[in-house]
Amino acid sequence: MITEIALTVGVIISLIIGLFFTGVAGIGLLKLDNAMSRLHAPTKAGTVGIGAFLMASVLHSFLLGQGSFHEFLILGFLFITAPISANFMAKVNLHRQNCTPPPAPPRDDMWATLNVPEADRELADPQELA
Amino acid sequence: MTLLSTIMDVCLYVAFITVSVAQVMAMIRLWKGPSTGDRILALDTMVINAIGLIVLLGIVQGTQIYFEATLIIAMLGFVSTVAYARFVLRGDIIE
Repeated sequence: MITEIALTVGVIISLIIGLFFTGVAGIGLLKLDNAMSRLHAPTKAGTVGIGAFLMASVLHSFLLGQGSFHEFLILGFLFITAPISANFMAKVNLHRQNCTPPPAPPRDDMWATLNVPEADRELADPQELA
Repeated sequence: MTLLSTIMDVCLYVAFITVSVAQVMAMIRLWKGPSTGDRILALDTMVINAIGLIVLLGIVQGTQIYFEATLIIAMLGFVSTVAYARFVLRGDIIE
């Protein structure tokens, strides 16, 4: 009885955390005014929200008496791949110049995604150089 | 215990509504998003919200059979996001 009550309270707390963070992610994606700020909202808060929902699913499976941990596989996969895809989308924003460019690197000539290096100029599409 | 179960059901339905509203918000951003990066981000967010909806459906129905579908959708979402970003960055997906 006491474990059932504890598991139900855990499911309720996880669901509340998850819906809060998912709602924050949706509002941030819609309301923020900068491309990089919009990138920031769902890739962090949304991932935490879905992690809390998966946590609620694990606790609820124990509540039903058929406990299993395999939702943690999805959780680990999401937590590993979310920063990678966020990094790729930040590189897309840099490439399309939708944000203020980063400061010049200390030694190298230019950032890899912003410009075509001097050695590859004749290989590049002349439209992109303009 | 009955009260706690009722609170849990209410939380589940509120979570369904919240994730659906977040999905609609991501769809609005996909529709009007000013740049390509915003559209890719909106698609990635929609995939993640779809995972949340399927997990909530599994909790409501009390089954584990949606686990494989969720895992496959997570993998497909990551690969499609990386493919869109690679296409914008390099003009090609597999060089």
